[in-house]
Amino acid sequence: MTEKMVLINEEGIRTDGRKPSELRPIKLEVGILSNADGSAYIEQGKNKILAAVYGPREVHPRHMALPDKALLRCRYHMAPFSVEERKSPAPSRREMELSKVIREAFEPTIFLEKFPRTSIDLFIEVLQADGGTRCAGVTVASLALADAGIPMKDLIAACAAGKVGGKIVLDLNDIEDKEGEADVPVAYMPSFDAVSLLQMDGLLTGEEFQQALSLAIEGCRQIYILQKEALKAKYQAIKESVEVAEQE
Amino acid sequence: MTSVMVSRIRRQQIAQLIDDGKRLDGRGLKDYRSTQIESGIIGKAEGSARVRLGKTEVMVGVKIDIGEPFSDRPNEGVLTTNAEFVPLASPEFEAGPPGEESVELARVVDRGIRESKAVDLEKLCIIPGKKVFVVFIDVYVLNHDGNLIDASTLASIAALMNTKVFRYELKEEEIKKKPEFVKLPLKDIPISVTFASINGKLIVDPWLDEEEVMDARLTISFSNSGKICAMQKGGSGTLLPQQIIEAVNIAKEKAEELREIVVKS
Repeated sequence: MTEKMVLINEEGIRTDGRKPSELRPIKLEVGILSNADGSAYIEQGKNKILAAVYGPREVHPRHMALPDKALLRCRYHMAPFSVEERKSPAPSRREMELSKVIREAFEPTIFLEKFPRTSIDLFIEVLQADGGTRCAGVTVASLALADAGIPMKDLIAACAAGKVGGKIVLDLNDIEDKEGEADVPVAYMPSFDAVSLLQMDGLLTGEEFQQALSLAIEGCRQIYILQKEALKAKYQAIKESVEVAEQE
Repeated sequence: MTSVMVSRIRRQQIAQLIDDGKRLDGRGLKDYRSTQIESGIIGKAEGSARVRLGKTEVMVGVKIDIGEPFSDRPNEGVLTTNAEFVPLASPEFEAGPPGEESVELARVVDRGIRESKAVDLEKLCIIPGKKVFVVFIDVYVLNHDGNLIDASTLASIAALMNTKVFRYELKEEEIKKKPEFVKLPLKDIPISVTFASINGKLIVDPWLDEEEVMDARLTISFSNSGKICAMQKGGSGTLLPQQIIEAVNIAKEKAEELREIVVKS
């Protein structure tokens, strides 16, 4: 290992100029792919991630269909060019695990029982990765599901907190994720105060973890507001285009 | 975890008992099943252990090989963990490539060991950037009766504790094995504690039927220093923030109990 880099300076400013409890700039767009039933795009820091939803639709292969509810399938995948060293396009073990925990994060919010014998397929493609892709992936997938008109109890917002240079910080970027002491990704249903995804790696004391968890939840609440704005913006744009057409 | 049919009446029974602070198998909500560890049972493996957690049975074999280091960690040995859901372990297991469940199991066990820096990887470097020791941890599930994560973590760490590494001679970058061994350098004993949340109540060490009924699962791993080194939520339900904090506090105590069992074995 080379010498430890300075991830947070004496004034508490991070490598990208943020304060400890500050999110990276987030840009959200809803309904950007014409074939998918629902789609969305997120930029969070240098992360660029697409999500698309197909369904509820007929299940293939048919034997996987469930008699009493929809089958939710999720694929989290990173493009080969999304990282520094080319990543093999074959699904890695990491991607398999993340696909599973992301699916489990959405199962509690979707009214799956309303669509028996169907599948809802959720695809998350990371086009450029900059740390915290699973959380940004959940945030954007939530919008794609809403865009597909899938009934949900709540939108799910996700954000990580962690420990970097001895401080608890929000929304770790790539370097902080790799060189930092700990990372706690959280997905959260704000209307229910319920955590639907939680992982952790690194080393944290019980108190530090508690701080990180509340900071991550605070980040989720901020992202939740942005998600709702992004959904409204799509329909606002449609409304405006109709108004323009009527005037002509 | 794996889908086993549990009748509706049994589901109700399990959930109702837990509401009253009891469990179907007579345990308290925070009790582990009886835990037995046997070490060094496979002579051909450099390290091995078998753990019985109630009826759950997991064997771990550790093999040591020589390989190349990762390019970003040229001075460190390599640690890999793999989990196999052997078809003889459950009517639900099928032969074939690893599924999501076994990948998750391997990665959660791996995370506890890796993040606590249990294996001193820097001492496993032979020629920086070229030759290092590779430690293969293979988790073999022999009987699935719930809580595979804790059983596998216990078995893995017990196996690492009796793992031996062959000594070698270096002759112009040629590695010659010697018929002598040293103990694998270990710095920590990470312990995982897994909960199930059923109707908002937390129970420790769920067995198979409880896993079938649970809303969500939470695993918390602790290093020797009492710090959390890994965490994983599973299952298609949610957890309240105060439940998570409660689980962390219970798990810290439970980890100490389990660590004592491992150290004694």
